[in-house]
Amino acid sequence: MQKNIILAGVGGQGILSIAAVVDQAALKEGLNIRQAEVHGMSQRGGAVQSHLRISDREIFADLIALGNADLILSVEPLEALRYLPWLAPGGRVVTSLDPFVNMPGYPTMEEIMSELGKTERPVLVHAAELAREAGSARASNMVMLGAGAPFTGIEQGRLEEAIGALFGAKGQEVVDINIRAFRKGLQLSNI
Amino acid sequence: MNRQLLLGAEAVAQGALDAGISGVYAYPGTPSTEITEYIQRSKHSRESGVRSSWSTNEKTAYEAALGMSYAGKRSLVCMKHVGLNVAADPFINSAITGVNGGLVLAVADDPSMHSSQNEQDSRVYGRFAMVPVLEPASQQELYDAMFHAFDLSEAVRLPVVVRMTTRLSHSRSGIDRRTPLGQNPLKAEYAPERFVLMPHNARVQYRHLLDLQPMLEELSESSFLNETVEGGGAVGVIAFGIGCNYVMEARRDHGIDCRVLKIGQYPLPRRQVNELFDACSTVLVVEEGYPVYEELFRGYFGSAKIRGRMDGALPRAGELTTDLVAAALGVKLTGTAAVPGIVVNRPPELCKGCGHRDMFEAINLVIREHADHHVFSDIGCYTLGALPPHNAIHTCVDMGASITMAKGAADAGLRPAVSVIGDSTFAHSGMTGLLDAVNDHSPLTVIIGDNATTAMTGGQHSSASGSKLVDLCRGIGVEAEHIRIIVPLKTHLAENVAVLREEFDYDGVSVVIAQRECVESAAKKKRRAAATGQ
Ligand SMILES: Cc1ncc(C[n+]2csc(CCOP(=O)(O)OP(=O)(O)O)c2C)c(N)n1
Ligand code: SF4
Repeated sequence: MQKNIILAGVGGQGILSIAAVVDQAALKEGLNIRQAEVHGMSQRGGAVQSHLRISDREIFADLIALGNADLILSVEPLEALRYLPWLAPGGRVVTSLDPFVNMPGYPTMEEIMSELGKTERPVLVHAAELAREAGSARASNMVMLGAGAPFTGIEQGRLEEAIGALFGAKGQEVVDINIRAFRKGLQLSNI
Repeated sequence: MNRQLLLGAEAVAQGALDAGISGVYAYPGTPSTEITEYIQRSKHSRESGVRSSWSTNEKTAYEAALGMSYAGKRSLVCMKHVGLNVAADPFINSAITGVNGGLVLAVADDPSMHSSQNEQDSRVYGRFAMVPVLEPASQQELYDAMFHAFDLSEAVRLPVVVRMTTRLSHSRSGIDRRTPLGQNPLKAEYAPERFVLMPHNARVQYRHLLDLQPMLEELSESSFLNETVEGGGAVGVIAFGIGCNYVMEARRDHGIDCRVLKIGQYPLPRRQVNELFDACSTVLVVEEGYPVYEELFRGYFGSAKIRGRMDGALPRAGELTTDLVAAALGVKLTGTAAVPGIVVNRPPELCKGCGHRDMFEAINLVIREHADHHVFSDIGCYTLGALPPHNAIHTCVDMGASITMAKGAADAGLRPAVSVIGDSTFAHSGMTGLLDAVNDHSPLTVIIGDNATTAMTGGQHSSASGSKLVDLCRGIGVEAEHIRIIVPLKTHLAENVAVLREEFDYDGVSVVIAQRECVESAAKKKRRAAATGQ
């Protein structure tokens, strides 16, 4: 078992929480993990990405080689496109459709959809809307994790357990909202 | 013990704690900051009294760590690569004095300059000082290497450098821990012949350092960080630190059979290197950083046998990847999808509501009344003032340089001479430059963006802000009526513009302190208060 996942988004959108959940779940599974993330300058509204690798064999490199990502999981549609050179043949793009516009020249949604459409069966998610339905717009990253979950190679129960552990300190209500958000995302991808 | 998921930086911290340090000394700097932050958060370090608050700069940090070692205890000192330029004086000289308790310098380099001004390679400093350098390749190795580093430091009585890079420092992996060691007892001995570096002592000590070198090489031969991975073929690889990961990955992905010598401890293990060069007709040198050892292997007249960053087999600059190493090993890579043309850059920006925004707005309004409107600046969040929409600053070189460069330009006749610096940077190395300006009566306005934190690196405690900053400027000799405090807020714009105009026109040293808390750290405080209030 080996999965190479690129998590993408904008600083402050919560991709490191997604990473933390997958990491914990993978650790519980006894898998090897490497998860490279971006700290520092690029956090202030800049593009951020994390290379997440889980495997039952030894993992050498912290970075995924070009054309080797099984999944690009993005919480922002333009950011999903930024990492296409890493996508493996047959790899999947799962992205939120909520644009985060903080720079000039942001393309139109039509242009973005057309590029996303060139990838294999992209999973396109109205994450903020589903998160609000689940109880909080802030849980859209967990909606996205749910939508990406079937491609991570880790079972639902393990991921939900890890969500519980991550948000546990904030009380049961926050845990419930995030689990609901996760399941709403999962429904979209479960084929 | 349970496997723990740690960043490379955190593995260094946990390794140092488990190896029995009594203190960590550091000034923040990406990608090294998380080492000290982890120790500050750790329950173990609170319970066992491991000292861990931030130092004012890397030089003060290094010297304090040396003092703790003098007193017999194990100490860790951490910094980013450019921090070692600041700490270079005590670092180089501590190789001459030697140490008592283990002293380990964890230094984090930033190839590709993800958040730095350059990509200097700290291994050069290690060679320069002639001390052992460890370069672990994984988070687990980093953890294990800390035990080794402290033992080694005490065995050879030298500081030991642990070098890592951004990629390793900021990547997580599962770590298996060992049984923690206790701290050393207090044991300060009089040894002026080692620690008083007057020439007659220093010459003896330097001779001793030179005489130690063969033994250090011998120790590298048996280090767990240096190993040969067997393989066939005429091409061999010598791979250093994290560079080895990309070699191993490329080797497995592309089914390449080649011999690999992995180096994680310096000085180089001469026998192992000789074996590789004897066995292979071509050797690819894979270094994450400068081609330090490649250049050494090639020698002045070059060698056709050697491939690497200097002949274009690998790029001369920037971080390595599996793909780059695979290509250097002769793999023809198939093209992958391109980034679509519509994908524009998303540069970082100052947070919404950040006081630096209002500070720049006021500065821009006043400075542009002048034909010459150069603004000398420094390193911190406010460096983003160089980008649109602010376009407000024109220099950023090294910490503290805003004041001294503005002073030099003022001395040359430039008017107005304006410097913009943060509170943490002012404490780090701005103060001494201000003293120069005061002593010289250089006409200069220093604007300190005092947001009461070291924001750029994630909001660490700042050594001087608020009233302490005012007192410092006063103590340095800036006249009280030319130390002005403004509040960088929209509603204060007219007032702030008036203050700046007056001080730009003043023919002497003035300081304008723009005082408003970083909104990001205020929000963090609120979240923390809410969490503990529950
Ligand atoms: C010698 C050196 N040490 C550390 C750093 C990393 N660094 C860059 S700016 C900065 C501090 C910025 O704090 P401050 O001046 O208060 O500005 P702020 O970010 O809060 O606006 C640090 C630690 C560096 N670039 N050079
Ligand atoms: S972190 Fe603080 S100082 Fe930095 S940009 Fe944001 S508000 Fe401004």
